[in-house]
Amino acid sequence: MTFEKIISLLPYEPPFLFVDELHEVDKEGISGSYTYHESAYFYEGHFKNNPVTPGVILTETMAQIGLVAYGIYLLSLTSKNLNLTNTKIALVSTEMSFYIPVYPNEKVKVVSKKEYFRMNKLKCHVEMFNEKEELVCRGKIAGMMKL
Amino acid sequence: MTNNETMLSDLKGIIQPYIQNQEAFDNLTEATDFINDLKINSANLVDIVLDVEDKFDIEIDNDSMDRMLNVKAALEVIQEKLSTK
Repeated sequence: MTFEKIISLLPYEPPFLFVDELHEVDKEGISGSYTYHESAYFYEGHFKNNPVTPGVILTETMAQIGLVAYGIYLLSLTSKNLNLTNTKIALVSTEMSFYIPVYPNEKVKVVSKKEYFRMNKLKCHVEMFNEKEELVCRGKIAGMMKL
Repeated sequence: MTNNETMLSDLKGIIQPYIQNQEAFDNLTEATDFINDLKINSANLVDIVLDVEDKFDIEIDNDSMDRMLNVKAALEVIQEKLSTK
């Protein structure tokens, strides 16, 4: 499955799509990136006169690339004509640590490694890096994906 | 071969971190239902199954996992998998 195809199957759209491109994907994990444009709506209020990317948005970005895009790929390995119309997706747990802030117009890279995908539950160890390759945040995210 | 009591206490140890109803856990019997009584969510049921696999060194297939909804059924699955090991 091509990267473009995976992105097209994501169940998000702007202003809540946080995947620009995917770089690598295999049975062990996935990586992708996203640039937070300065015009994004959340900078208007987070914080007052001091735009910083909210941690929940960083977490969402990690989940969209590291769990949902990756989950679509993993499901495509088991199902030839992948039909995601009725796919049920739910975030079930996050455990995240944040190290440095991400400012408007910064590009981040997400690297996700699979811990397990069993009985519809995908759990990954996910890291985010900025353009200087500095660790922005790291943690574990799990979700349920059922066709 | 692990006897029944040890198996039950091992299982309780595995379940404990995921329970949301302490009272039901304190009064746990074979009939105790993981979801309805202990209020464990389906995502954590998967964690319990994976922990059971590690603890007893067995592999639990999806069909068996679907059956593991209460204490009695979980013990049965563990015994079944141990006996065919």
